[in-house]
Amino acid sequence: MSEQTPSIAADSTSTGGGADLHIVDVTKRFASFKAVDDLTLTIPAGSFFALLGPSGCGKTTTLRMVAGLEEPSEGRIVIGSEDVTHRKPYQRPVNTVFQSYALFPHLDIFENVAFGLRRSKKKDVRNEVEAMLELVELSTYARRKPTQLSGGQQQRVAVARALINKPEVLLLDEPLGALDLKLRRQMQIELKRIQTDVGITFVHVTHDQEEAMTMADTIAVMNAGRIEQMGAPMELYENPVTTFVANFLGQSNLIKGQITGKSGGDALLEVQGQRMAMPTARVHSERDEVWVGVRPEKMQISRTGTPTDGENAVTGVVTDASYIGVSTQYLVDLPWGQEVGVFSQNLSTEGPLSAGDQVVLHWNPAHTFALDAAQDADAGSEKIEGDA
Amino acid sequence: MSAAPAPGAAGKAPADDTARPVGKSSWTPYALLTPGMLWLGVFFVVPTIMLIRMSLSSGTAFSGDGSFTFAFVDLQWSNYGDAWNQYVIDTPIFQKSLIYALIATVLTLVIAYPLAYTIAFKAGRWRNFLLVLVIAPFFTSFLLRTNAWQTILVDSGPVVTFMNDIGLLNFLHTVTNTPDSWPSWAQIFPDGITAEDRVLATPLAVIIGLAYNFLPFMTLPLYASLERIDVRLIEAATDLYSSAWTAFRKVTFPLSLPGVVAGTLLTFIPAAGDPVNAALLGSASDALMGNAIDAQFKATGNYPLAAALSALLMFVIVAMVAVYVRRAGTEELV
Amino acid sequence: MSTMTIDERRAQALAELPPYREPGPATRGLRWVRAHLVQFFAACALLFMFIPVFVVVLFSFNSPAGKYNYVWNEFSTAAWTSVWSYTEITDSLIVSIAVATISTIVATVLGTLIAFAIGRHNFRGRGGTNLLIFMPMATPEVVMGSSLLTLFVAAQQEGSLGWMTITIAHIMFCISFVVVTVKARIAGLDSRLEQAAMDLYADEKTTFRKVTFPLVLPGIVAAAMLAFSLSFDDFVITNFTSGQTVTFPMYIWGAAGRGIPPEANVVGAIMFGIALIVVLVPEIVRGVRKSRS
Repeated sequence: MSEQTPSIAADSTSTGGGADLHIVDVTKRFASFKAVDDLTLTIPAGSFFALLGPSGCGKTTTLRMVAGLEEPSEGRIVIGSEDVTHRKPYQRPVNTVFQSYALFPHLDIFENVAFGLRRSKKKDVRNEVEAMLELVELSTYARRKPTQLSGGQQQRVAVARALINKPEVLLLDEPLGALDLKLRRQMQIELKRIQTDVGITFVHVTHDQEEAMTMADTIAVMNAGRIEQMGAPMELYENPVTTFVANFLGQSNLIKGQITGKSGGDALLEVQGQRMAMPTARVHSERDEVWVGVRPEKMQISRTGTPTDGENAVTGVVTDASYIGVSTQYLVDLPWGQEVGVFSQNLSTEGPLSAGDQVVLHWNPAHTFALDAAQDADAGSEKIEGDA
Repeated sequence: MSAAPAPGAAGKAPADDTARPVGKSSWTPYALLTPGMLWLGVFFVVPTIMLIRMSLSSGTAFSGDGSFTFAFVDLQWSNYGDAWNQYVIDTPIFQKSLIYALIATVLTLVIAYPLAYTIAFKAGRWRNFLLVLVIAPFFTSFLLRTNAWQTILVDSGPVVTFMNDIGLLNFLHTVTNTPDSWPSWAQIFPDGITAEDRVLATPLAVIIGLAYNFLPFMTLPLYASLERIDVRLIEAATDLYSSAWTAFRKVTFPLSLPGVVAGTLLTFIPAAGDPVNAALLGSASDALMGNAIDAQFKATGNYPLAAALSALLMFVIVAMVAVYVRRAGTEELV
Repeated sequence: MSTMTIDERRAQALAELPPYREPGPATRGLRWVRAHLVQFFAACALLFMFIPVFVVVLFSFNSPAGKYNYVWNEFSTAAWTSVWSYTEITDSLIVSIAVATISTIVATVLGTLIAFAIGRHNFRGRGGTNLLIFMPMATPEVVMGSSLLTLFVAAQQEGSLGWMTITIAHIMFCISFVVVTVKARIAGLDSRLEQAAMDLYADEKTTFRKVTFPLVLPGIVAAAMLAFSLSFDDFVITNFTSGQTVTFPMYIWGAAGRGIPPEANVVGAIMFGIALIVVLVPEIVRGVRKSRS
């Protein structure tokens, strides 16, 4: 029995977009450990912003500093034109949807949602609470206790409880982590829709890159307390500027190479004895020693001998072929001992290639990106120690 | 269908779902229970029944030749009548015991709560050490410790002099004086809760002693209850515009109620019957139920009356506890 | 708004802010006090708890002017040397320790058995059993003491009131506390550990011996310590069931009227010291181990 997804009705409870959130030169130290390192970031009003990174990268700490649950060791936090750096959480126009929802177990759903409104001692919160419960389609659950609700329902209560206060900024700390896959997908769409309707700035913290790319207008990828790259999802994915981003978002093949010259708008490369070219705009390295990067799905795999004019190409031998239905994932051994991955859509009527086949991998030069070779090629890739 | 209850409600999830008792072989539990329960049956249940039986008898312990003779002929309710008249109407020793115990319990709660709160939320790695500190005084004989209050509250000592100087004693003396016009059964503080310039041998000394003695019994259940509270709930409250005090009032305190109930019970019940504090710190007129029962058994030898007093105390306490627990709504006390 | 870049917007917002003034020392001091108010009251509570203990220890070094040891007279360690030959005290101590030891052993055994029964089995009468366990903890000692005295009188045992009857009474009221303590420990036990043991070829007996019991043992030890201190320090129930026998608390009670000698304080100080050592040493050892690893 699957839970019926509530389609949250479009509602014009827009507050006009809220304010810009400026995080300026913020550092947070715990003893000698720097959780957040000289972070400067502006989140534009009304945007859906994702802070993406692995556990321990400082994204939750940053969120808590915006909420007021932690105080920065250095730096300022400015919302609109107000410096809130040293203000308590209850003095900020910010509300949080906690990872564990943190619903008050001794209050029913109505009182949970009404909690923030009660600060002004308003007796007449009924209309607002009922409207909000309708927005998240939990009107019939108003008098139940949190323990009587399912995970997805609790999550919606947590969102309602925060939103009802019409904050300038809504913070979401990995709110979908505890939900199963299908429910998570549905909630991603719903949250995005709420944000578009209501127009409040959403700051969403997550380690799930698919989630970030689905929901956010802008993503900032964080690593070890710093931002590696920030921009629209497509920009980050198609044109990463560091190995971390290249590996953390999806997968990347990184091959050692050298920039040998320029020609028009292209950079010329020598990659393990092969000549290649790529657009200069996609070179993100000061030096000539680079990682030449291309995504597995951008590589085409064909039997040796297939013509590859105008494309970058390398030859190799298939070592593994995993047929997944939508695609086949190949592992290909290259002559200099490196193994790369290729995701190939199953368009050929002949069926997938098999281990041992001699192949040529070729791709459009415009899909290449180049990163500084001094960076760790495994950064962000979650490889276990000792793997090839 | 979404997964099993997500961590949305507060409290830590149990270690696993199968920790609850399983019905195994049918005779094992009974075999395990028997020795202990038998002991409790013979030395708790039976004596209580005997006590009630004694309260319905007549006779005396000191019948000259050193033997005990008690007659259980008919149901003698007269002992209860005597107890009521002597200890409730004439001299309100019964009421005094309950009221002293009540004041002491409230005092203990107020003193113990910040301590329990600090240990639960603000202690960090000192937590175990602080818990030890709470129990440590327990290990010095409580009679010696109670007796030490005689030194602390001695008439010329620093504590009493200070209280005198700020006018506290005078204020309490005048404000809490039960008017002479009130009937005898309402004369709880005939001379005020304290004397004008003295604390020893006044009700206040007894109450301080009572509050002192039961602090660990209040602190530990409070701590256990507070420790269970998910800190993130308090964070959520401050995120939702509650100041520190409001968050305490609306979230922390309600969630700590089981501990409050347990602590107040573990304090009030023994305090109501305690003879030691009244004897060591109070005057002769501060005698409480504990002292009265003791006197009737040891000095007068009127066992039936003493038994009636005891039984009366027990019934009243049981009744009060039942009402209190039902109103506070906690089921699991053990 | 859309014509400016993000960086320009930030620069503008920062420029419009009033300068940030660090709060002065007075404000900071006040803020510190407000933030630490709870800890302050907690410290007061701890002080309140310990002052009588300090007084007891302090006055063991007093040489009282008269009979009563309430006012400081002059410093003297005489009590610390004379206590060992103070027969009234030493005799009562021996009685107290003996009674407490026996009561602890029996109550711990009986209580642990009950705790296992309640904590691990579902059986009819579980609710009633819980209630019966709870009742001694909820009954004033005065009532329990008088009931026991009545029992012994009715059984014609009034002549033999002594250390045996005291021990019987102590075992009775200690059982409940042992049950509660051990039951809590059992409840916190992860049953998946035992399942893992059985998966690794241990039968019920071996699993109990190698997994369950060692894990519950700290709770049993704690319960035993609790029972010992409850028994050692008990006065009210003991008073009713002791006949002519004198335990240490009873000695104090009797001596209160004629003046408690500083030697008694010495005993109190020693008890406190021993208890502190017993409880603190494992904590210190654990702390040292942690900082080494």
